[in-house]
Amino acid sequence: MQYEAVIGLEIHSELKTDTKIFCGCRTTFGAEQNTHVCPVCLGLPGVLPSVNKKVVEFAIKAGLATNCKINEYSKFDRKNYYYPDLPKNWQTSQYDLPIAEHGFVEILVDGEKKKIGLTRIHMEEDAGKLVHSGTNIKDSASSNVDYNRTGVPLIEIVSEPDMRSAAEARAYMEKIKAILEYIDVSNCRMEEGNLRADINVSLRPVGEEKLGTRTEMKNINSFKALEDAINYEIERQTEVLEDGGKIIQETRTWDPAKGVTLSMRSKEDAHDYRYMPEPDLPPIVTTKEEIEAYRKSLPELPDARRAQLESEYGLSEYDATIITSSRDMAEYFDGVVATGADAKQAANWIMGDLSKNLNSDGITIKDSPVEAKRLGEMIALIEKGTISGKIAKQVFAEMWKNPDPPEKIVKDKGLVQITDTKAIEGIVDEVIAKNQKAVEDYKNGNKKAIGALVGQVMKASKGKANPQTVNELLAKKLEA
Amino acid sequence: MKLYFETVHSLHDKIVNKEIKAAEVAQAVVSRLEETEGKVGAYLDVESEKALNAAKKTDEKIAKGEEIGFLEGIPGAIKDNICTKGVKTTCASKILENFVPPYNATVIDKLTAANYAFLGKANMDEFAMGGSTENSAYKTTHNPWDLERVPGGSSGGSAAAVAAGSAYWALGSDTGGSIRQPASFCGVVGLKPTYGRVSRYGLVAYASSLDQIGPITRDVTDAANILNIIAGHDEMDSTSSKKAVPDFTKSLTKDVKGLKIGCPKEYFADGMDAETEKSVRGAIDALKAMGAEVVDISLPHTKYAISAYYLIAPAEAATNLQRYDGVSYGARVDGEDIVSLMTNTRTAKFGNEVKRRIMIGNYALSAGYYDAYYLKALKVRTLIKQDFEDAFKSVDIIATPTAPTPAFKIGEMADPLQMYLQDIYTVPINLAGVPGISVPCGFTAKNLPIGLQLIGKPLDEETILRVAYAYEQAHDWKDKRAGGDA
Repeated sequence: MQYEAVIGLEIHSELKTDTKIFCGCRTTFGAEQNTHVCPVCLGLPGVLPSVNKKVVEFAIKAGLATNCKINEYSKFDRKNYYYPDLPKNWQTSQYDLPIAEHGFVEILVDGEKKKIGLTRIHMEEDAGKLVHSGTNIKDSASSNVDYNRTGVPLIEIVSEPDMRSAAEARAYMEKIKAILEYIDVSNCRMEEGNLRADINVSLRPVGEEKLGTRTEMKNINSFKALEDAINYEIERQTEVLEDGGKIIQETRTWDPAKGVTLSMRSKEDAHDYRYMPEPDLPPIVTTKEEIEAYRKSLPELPDARRAQLESEYGLSEYDATIITSSRDMAEYFDGVVATGADAKQAANWIMGDLSKNLNSDGITIKDSPVEAKRLGEMIALIEKGTISGKIAKQVFAEMWKNPDPPEKIVKDKGLVQITDTKAIEGIVDEVIAKNQKAVEDYKNGNKKAIGALVGQVMKASKGKANPQTVNELLAKKLEA
Repeated sequence: MKLYFETVHSLHDKIVNKEIKAAEVAQAVVSRLEETEGKVGAYLDVESEKALNAAKKTDEKIAKGEEIGFLEGIPGAIKDNICTKGVKTTCASKILENFVPPYNATVIDKLTAANYAFLGKANMDEFAMGGSTENSAYKTTHNPWDLERVPGGSSGGSAAAVAAGSAYWALGSDTGGSIRQPASFCGVVGLKPTYGRVSRYGLVAYASSLDQIGPITRDVTDAANILNIIAGHDEMDSTSSKKAVPDFTKSLTKDVKGLKIGCPKEYFADGMDAETEKSVRGAIDALKAMGAEVVDISLPHTKYAISAYYLIAPAEAATNLQRYDGVSYGARVDGEDIVSLMTNTRTAKFGNEVKRRIMIGNYALSAGYYDAYYLKALKVRTLIKQDFEDAFKSVDIIATPTAPTPAFKIGEMADPLQMYLQDIYTVPINLAGVPGISVPCGFTAKNLPIGLQLIGKPLDEETILRVAYAYEQAHDWKDKRAGGDA
């Protein structure tokens, strides 16, 4: 039987407010343990929360940027469960009246556009971090709690089960990440846990409408893990079903080292969260006027930017999607184009050599050793004919290590393209003289033999000869 | 009158007029406390040194000709569920036996700014759950009018101290009657302000949507003065009212002419305690005689108030008390894993009434029962609130008994349900969020105090203070003291 995967994501994103959601403590990542705490975020007896207005603003902006309806009347609720990283043993979250509902984002996979529905976006507080003496709470002699993260504001973005493959899930999460970056409400640093996803995966026979039993994988914090975990889970569930088995509704954990998902707990011991309206916080009332003001304050979003890159610069939809997939990359692109560089060339370099180098060095485009301006200057050298596209690759590699302007690098390394016809003619003559066999092949009708001769000329010029001139000269001389 | 039995305002005037030293005032109450505490048991923690030192400072200020505030040099007790920085705040529970808050409740900050003289932490029902102070994990407080009887609760320690002369004033908290009922049982004045009038920041939560801090005093003037100090919006409490705070002492006029006082028939039902009815009706007649107009009214949903309260309050309590899990605050009973550690700690360190309410609350909130219990209770609460809104369209205040009976005997109310019914006249006021005050309005044949409850419109403490004051000034109940040695 052919199965279809049904995938839904719950994305948790830390908001980049200076202070926590219900108190004045800093949110800075990586501070000394238990230094960013106060009676309120520690949940001491008698304390009361006060809502950080920035959190509401950021959540509303996230809702507007994902085409959600903003609830003018929203409230906080207590989600009750016992865990030692949760000082009050409830998480202040939102239950039946979240700040935003019924949105969607558009993704592009294999040239096809698709709308992914958003069920809701709600605000909540993050929990603390447990530091175990062993590997987990069960096998540890002792566990300590770092409450710095307690009360860091989160939004949870819940999708509809609209995705059908790991690639779609990845494209969706990338889109959410891009949007949150564009509207500047989250740092989206996945390695710091700013952005993490709980994935729900189920299978159903192709053509069937009813959803199958799902499993959930929690706290996935890289795109690779997201794709790998989904692909593994689809494969695992397919096998179970093909063997005539049943999927158990359960939470599974993704083990990236082994590349497998493992059962954590089944639905039978799932929590009853006993949600209750938070009596310590009045409802959040936002007027239509306020919502409109937030809407007007939003910057251009990835989809609009993409459309602009297509119409203004003639970039392909694919290229424009990649360039606008992160705000930083789009801004880098703007920086390159601002130097007067050809947009298509700029896109190619960014998606090609630049991305390759960033990936292998494990850094983000913000920390690129080659500034946008310098890449623009290098592209200008290609356009002027100072260097060839091939030499440019060498120049770019050098620029990665050397902050000098590309022009200086080209000069210092003697990489200037030879465009002087006389100089090239000398080399051409020499090559013709040394390669009579190829010359004869050509003259006997094997026109492809010219390729070998071009190669020889380029080699003799150390790649600096203008390839077009070389071609022209060779053809002229051989035809003569 | 013995010094330790005097009102704060009379002592304040005497200190300002240099008729007496603050040190004498403080010493009088400290000595009285030492003398009575063994019998009354009003305190969980006594800080005599702090009170005496504060008084010394007051005398220095007086000597220098400086002005002093209303409470300066006149020691008072704080209910043990109000956080006092550096001083144990146990909520009369074993689970907070060694909890020393690193911060002050907002009311304590305000009292500190007013240079108050702190005398100690008052006993209470554990986590304010109870109406007799018998649920304290540490001691039973005895009613100074009859040591075999309860002082009421949950602010029983606060009320007993004020009645016994072992505190000149006290703060209590009121979730379903916990200031007014002990005030009624102990023959003192107890004021529950409007929900939101006084900041709850630092009041250890029992039921967050109902809790409110208020004064317990020997007369209405003291209550108005203390409310002046503790009331007001607090940025740390999002539920506190932003409405301007008036000077409540301006309401202390004897004029009740033309005021409409509502008498809800549901509060004077057949079978009520005869002596209570007689005293309360007598008080209402007295107000009529002073020029007020008395109107019969109905608060039709009163009969559902206890049921709604005992779902809403336990539900909130169940979550509020989740933080006591053995991970923090010191009290811990180990277990083989984290779940058993939490279970063992809570099993051993919470008292029966607290556990009962946690279980009721969790039941009411659990999947499948939420709509039938918790949500239904919230709807009833809305109806009760509407009852009051409707009533206040035609009357200025409402007058009722504070409690259905005078103080009962220790151990007499063994059945929890019977105990819950004690709250019948006080609970609706919390559900509606309106202010209420209890003033002494007579004594039984056995010399037990009876309280008159006056209920006001939201944020209109002024009118109930005015009527309470007018009534009090026309009667001599305010001059009676427990033990008869006034």
